[in-house]
Amino acid sequence: MGCPLSGLAGNEPTQYFIIIHVKYPNERLYTMAIPDEEFLLKTTSACAGCPSSLILRYVTKAAGADTVLVIPACCTSVIQGVYPTTAMNLPVYNVAFASAAAVASGMSEAFRAEGKKTNVICYAGDGGTIDIGIQALSGALERGTDFLYICYDNEAYSNTGMQRSGATPLGAMTTTTPGGKKDHKKDLDAIVAAHHPVYQATACAAYPQDLYNKVEKALSIPGPKFMHVLAPCPPGWRFPSEKTVEMGKLAVKSGLWVLYERENGKLTITGASKAAMKKRIPIEDYLSVQGRFRKITAEETVKMQQMVEDTIVRLQREVDGIC
Amino acid sequence: MLTFGTGNKAVAMAVRDAKPVVVAAYPITPQTEIVEELANFVTAGSMAARYIPVESEHSSMAACIGAAATGVRTFTATSSHGLVYMCEMLHMSAGARLPIVMANANRALGPGWNIGAEHSDSISMRDTGWLQVYVSTVQEAYDATLMAFRIAEHTDVLLPVMINLDGFLLTHITQTFETVEPGDFLPPTATPHAIDIKNPGGYGTLTPGNTHFTFRRDMERGMRASIAVIEETEADFARRFGREYHLYEEYRCEDADVVIIAMGTLGKEMEVAVDILRDEGIAAGAIRMRWFRPFIVPDLDGKEVVVIDRDYSFGYGGVLAGELQAKSGCKPFSVIAGLGGQEVTYDDIVEFVRIRKPGTEHWFGVVD
Ligand SMILES: Cc1ncc(C[n+]2csc(CCOP(=O)(O)OP(=O)(O)O)c2C)c(N)n1
Ligand code: SF4
Ligand SMILES: [Mg+2]
Repeated sequence: MGCPLSGLAGNEPTQYFIIIHVKYPNERLYTMAIPDEEFLLKTTSACAGCPSSLILRYVTKAAGADTVLVIPACCTSVIQGVYPTTAMNLPVYNVAFASAAAVASGMSEAFRAEGKKTNVICYAGDGGTIDIGIQALSGALERGTDFLYICYDNEAYSNTGMQRSGATPLGAMTTTTPGGKKDHKKDLDAIVAAHHPVYQATACAAYPQDLYNKVEKALSIPGPKFMHVLAPCPPGWRFPSEKTVEMGKLAVKSGLWVLYERENGKLTITGASKAAMKKRIPIEDYLSVQGRFRKITAEETVKMQQMVEDTIVRLQREVDGIC
Repeated sequence: MLTFGTGNKAVAMAVRDAKPVVVAAYPITPQTEIVEELANFVTAGSMAARYIPVESEHSSMAACIGAAATGVRTFTATSSHGLVYMCEMLHMSAGARLPIVMANANRALGPGWNIGAEHSDSISMRDTGWLQVYVSTVQEAYDATLMAFRIAEHTDVLLPVMINLDGFLLTHITQTFETVEPGDFLPPTATPHAIDIKNPGGYGTLTPGNTHFTFRRDMERGMRASIAVIEETEADFARRFGREYHLYEEYRCEDADVVIIAMGTLGKEMEVAVDILRDEGIAAGAIRMRWFRPFIVPDLDGKEVVVIDRDYSFGYGGVLAGELQAKSGCKPFSVIAGLGGQEVTYDDIVEFVRIRKPGTEHWFGVVD
């Protein structure tokens, strides 16, 4: 049968145990242990320094073998490689751009009807989540679908060459905002929170252990789960490809991106963001090292800084139970 | 002005020169360059349009509908999955008799993901009430886009027009082309049913079966009238700007025993194939179909016909071959070739003619 099902790319996953030493801002050294099994093989067609494949690697390690990925059109459609081979050592269902969460609904119901516990994970970009896919996402969350939706946010339509999306921040240049974006980034997390999912978290490509822990926890809870992961994209954000992790750390240290999780409505700030809640680097330190903010105005920078301060205050109030 | 650029760039420049009031934009390969160019024009101030970066293609066509309903000129561009995702809005825009112009970069549909040229996207939108023209050079992409506004907006027509250009094979190749100053070649829009606050009424109101069909019949009147409007527009274009176009383009057909018929860039490749076949002593000719809707049937009497379809209707056959057979009574040798950007050279086309068997179907590159 001529079914377009790709086979493994033929290279065996390398067997090694990953020990990563990370220095968090409080200068303590953590040793992380993450399983050695690889589901994203070394044959991807991702760009050098790609955050999306980095995130996907840890997501799949946390999810394990009993997992199906549902992927709408995005960079990850390409990262998997070209038929007849695939770099993914898991079943991956590639679906239409707007449809990921709805496909996942059908898949999850079918698995559960058969008594199977298989994890159904949507792995989608910001455009496929915040813009064209938001209707399907909203429906699946509201219906209580037992699945995990992960939006890796590189803040643009990267697969088609960096056009603006609803997630592109104020002031950022894209190919459809050549003068810098004049609108704010859509607050996806607030939209998702309004659906009261059983588990909601943010994460960042620069902090794999935090990401890993959250995926693992999310998948242990039945019901709709959502994660929003910042994905600093070298060609899109215009920084050298070896600086992906550095860029993610700057986002967190500046407080522009806050790592947290919300379980049954209870918010907890996690990892490096605990320090950033108290003391932050100025937002300029993050903006000035990315080519996409070359045209940001002083006024826009002030607005962005203010948004950071407002978000921190809002989150702190929620943690303190004053909201 | 003589310039050079890709098929996408030519479309964008024609849109700029047509001065639309509202442009809706959503990216999709291999069309994205069109909406990016338009963003550059708007940012640089060389185009005064309102640029709406929508969140999906359903919304890009919806935004065009909203804008066109007020009587202004609108444009958007798409391709493949974007086109079929806006399917509902294609029916809505044509049914509402709105003269929207859209460029479609012809591309295959998934799964699996494929960004190569294929006509299945636009052909599957055949019955929406949109006019469809297929172009084959960068110059023609520019010219057809300009003409599309005049044809769509003509009060005898008032139907939307889709300009189709083969993904990559035309969207991404660079050729020289000439831009024009359209002047009164493009008269201001005068949509008779544009929203008028002083004359309130319902648009798209509940319409029962005993009247619904009259609106559908009216759409067909517009579609049929469009043939004369296209001819008149092409003639005026030739008079003013010196470039001639016809409903379909014939190449060495007068004394041909066998004609090859196709749409889009294959239409140019066919001309080389015809020359080679003529050298071999086969009296071949070629017809490049430009307009797929309205469907205009060439005179094929007494000729053997080879049709190349870059599309397929499952359970039926090549769509162009089927339609030509139904309308003209010819018994074509139906070749299915070029799907998903599969390479088809003029030598391949020569071979199609050599192996022709009237009334049969041949899938290029497939061994059954
Ligand atoms: C209906 C439809 N419209 C447009 C596209 C073209 N398209 C494919 S991927 C993509 C961008 C995806 O952006 P995002 O979801 O942010 O993921 P990223 O590419 O950044 O990883 C677009 C516009 C498509 N495949 N389908
Ligand atoms: S464009 Fe960015 S997200 Fe996409 S593959 Fe390249 S690095 Fe990864
Ligand atoms: Mg993105």
